[in-house]
Amino acid sequence: MSWLLSIRHAVTALILLALPLLAAEPVVLKFCLRSEPKTFHPLKAGDDASETVRFLTAGTLLKVNRKTQLPEPSLATKWKVLDGGQVVQFKLREGIRFSDGTAFTPEDVVYTFKQVAEIRSGFTDSLRQGDLAPTASVTGKNEVTVRFAGVTAGWERLLDGLGILSEKSPAKEKAVLGPFMVAEYKTGQYVLLGRNPNYWMRDAQGQTLPKVDQIRLDITTNRDLEALRFRRGEIHMINKVEPDTYQTLAGQMPGAVRNAGVSFESEQLWFNQVTKSPIPAYKLAWFRSSGFRRAVSESIRRDDLARIAMKGLAVPGVGPVSPGNTVWFNSKLKPHAYAPAVALAKLQKEGFRKKADGLYDAAGNRVEFSIITNAGNKTRERLATMIQADLAEIGIRVNVVTLDFPALLERITRGYSYEACLLGLTNVDQDPNGQMNVWLSSAANHQWNPSQARPETAWEAEIDKLMRAQARTVVLAKRKEMFDRVQAIVHEQAPFLYLVHKNVLTAIHPSVRNSLVTVLFPHVFSNAEQIELQSSGVYRSAR
Amino acid sequence: MKRLAAGLLIALALAALAGEFLLPARYDQQFREETDALPGAKHPLGTDELGRDRAARLLAGARVSLLLAPAASVLAIALGATLGLTAGWFGGWWDRAVSTVIDLMISVPIFLVLITVRAVLPLNVSPVSSVMITFLLLGLLGWAGSARVIRGACQTQLNSDYVLRALAAGCSRTRVLLVHLLPNLWPVLRTQFIVAVPGFILDEANLSLLGLGVAEPLPSLGSLLKELTNLPTSPNWLGLAAPAVLLATAVGACEFLLPPKEGAS
Repeated sequence: MSWLLSIRHAVTALILLALPLLAAEPVVLKFCLRSEPKTFHPLKAGDDASETVRFLTAGTLLKVNRKTQLPEPSLATKWKVLDGGQVVQFKLREGIRFSDGTAFTPEDVVYTFKQVAEIRSGFTDSLRQGDLAPTASVTGKNEVTVRFAGVTAGWERLLDGLGILSEKSPAKEKAVLGPFMVAEYKTGQYVLLGRNPNYWMRDAQGQTLPKVDQIRLDITTNRDLEALRFRRGEIHMINKVEPDTYQTLAGQMPGAVRNAGVSFESEQLWFNQVTKSPIPAYKLAWFRSSGFRRAVSESIRRDDLARIAMKGLAVPGVGPVSPGNTVWFNSKLKPHAYAPAVALAKLQKEGFRKKADGLYDAAGNRVEFSIITNAGNKTRERLATMIQADLAEIGIRVNVVTLDFPALLERITRGYSYEACLLGLTNVDQDPNGQMNVWLSSAANHQWNPSQARPETAWEAEIDKLMRAQARTVVLAKRKEMFDRVQAIVHEQAPFLYLVHKNVLTAIHPSVRNSLVTVLFPHVFSNAEQIELQSSGVYRSAR
Repeated sequence: MKRLAAGLLIALALAALAGEFLLPARYDQQFREETDALPGAKHPLGTDELGRDRAARLLAGARVSLLLAPAASVLAIALGATLGLTAGWFGGWWDRAVSTVIDLMISVPIFLVLITVRAVLPLNVSPVSSVMITFLLLGLLGWAGSARVIRGACQTQLNSDYVLRALAAGCSRTRVLLVHLLPNLWPVLRTQFIVAVPGFILDEANLSLLGLGVAEPLPSLGSLLKELTNLPTSPNWLGLAAPAVLLATAVGACEFLLPPKEGAS
């Protein structure tokens, strides 16, 4: 019997030895990046994938609460705005270390601002005024003063994206102050983020954060594959779900989909108004006429677009700011009403004539144009097909052309060899300053007529003036007044025909706890450090 | 069986041609209050997500695919036969040049070429022109396989006894080509044609799956097949599966029209 007892003891000992190993199995939160991250440098991040990694790894002076949309202390415990908004004094948190153990000091903040001045990227440009970058200096114990080149409206939002770098760490930008740090990266496959052992934040019970050990970001460009992997439990979350996928998932996993309401994003149509574009002069004349653009806009049934093409998961498009952006939306504006008779009357005023076989301009040219959109996007294909049918009712013939994305970008950004384009704006900033690259007539993203040497129309000149003025104004009410006027001009002139404002649609596996769904980017992991995973039951496979 | 297959194909072609008259709705008419309707008296196969009659779209799509795919096949076989025959007949440097081009055409991914060519085409073309351009491109780019087979068959025939005897008896090369060789190559050409038709239908279907096929609102079997991805969740399995059934029937009928393999009973 003694040998039997010995075996039993040995087995017990083995189990006891194995228990800590089992317990040490890391808890991994998994979701997808839809493209390869272009950089892990927090000041250079511009694409979605890089911004996701930056958001999860970088520590910032303050953080905009994605729920309340208000700034909250982070590395800075408090701040004071001086000189009418040109200077901000920050009191820094004490006793913090970077992920590699290097101490966080005020000199790191100063160093970060020096890097902002040296590195040119979309993000660092947004902090500049002209060519002048903000500067920082140590002005007391744990106190840093940041001086912007001019009064900078919405500086809180800009600093929410400024990842603080370490001046002294040998790991350079790899040393981070956020909840996670980049642990492994396989090109084309995944980015593995590990827990930052020195992360300063604690939960309400005083427990260390983050709650999961790792985040695995699988690089999956195919959205159908992403949805399939979600259904199989191989990933835990989808940050942005298309309406078709949302409906499918809602049928199969009703508890997993979330509709957070109207997003800041929109789908829009615009006409090519570039003077040097290779389109016929008579078509350019149509497209540059606000009467023509308004008539087209008023011939589109936006209610149907939202109900059918967007599966009821959107609202009719109003203007540059979605009703979801409660702070900046101009509530006096309403979507252009569907009124084909009024539209035809407008067109007739401009010399257009409706005949039995269609609409003709004053010179006898048949009104016909093509709408390009990106191939494979079912929602946009549906939108374009419905617009095609709507415009046929007033005699306009529309040809829908789907192109692969690089070919489409080539046409709208370089050759300008297109007539109308249907695309959407994504990750739209809450603050109007985030849209400067769209509204300034000199901007490259002023899609209908980009990079103008000087404004070609009076209304574009007025928008330029208003946008620049609001960026130099600190008082929110005054800024709102100016940006309301910008919205009204855009609504009147219709350089973009806003079709729909999409809802924020996400999917979160039932095994995920504490995920906060927000209208602001990132929609499902803005509180990544608080997210927990249910460790048992059917969802274990996702670990 | 061949007669049945031929009859089926003819019936399909007739239904496709007469589709406009058989059904009350046009293929592009959007019944926006009846989206995703189930099959019923008004819409025998239901409606799609934009409220368009699935039956009308199926017949219009079949008309597009079943008429233009054979046309593209004729073009491809004509090109393939011309190059394959001349390469086999003349031999020498011409044969080597043609063989190199054939190898090149087969090794180049046809979809990449199609996507590139489509990207530079004019945008303002009607859906009908767009579908004709798509099949024209398929025909112009899809001849290489046929050319290789026809070249091989031509060389085999050239070395056969009846050609040698004809040449020995004093027949001119032109007479040998037109009177003896071509009739003997006819089964090969016919087979290549029948094989190419479903191939082109599927190529167009693949292009449509990428969103680069026939332009809206014109349907094709390919663009209709895209909706099969909704089959697991849609209650209208009949409407979604119908294009696949029709395509399988057409392709199957084409296969039955092929001559039986040697030794097959």
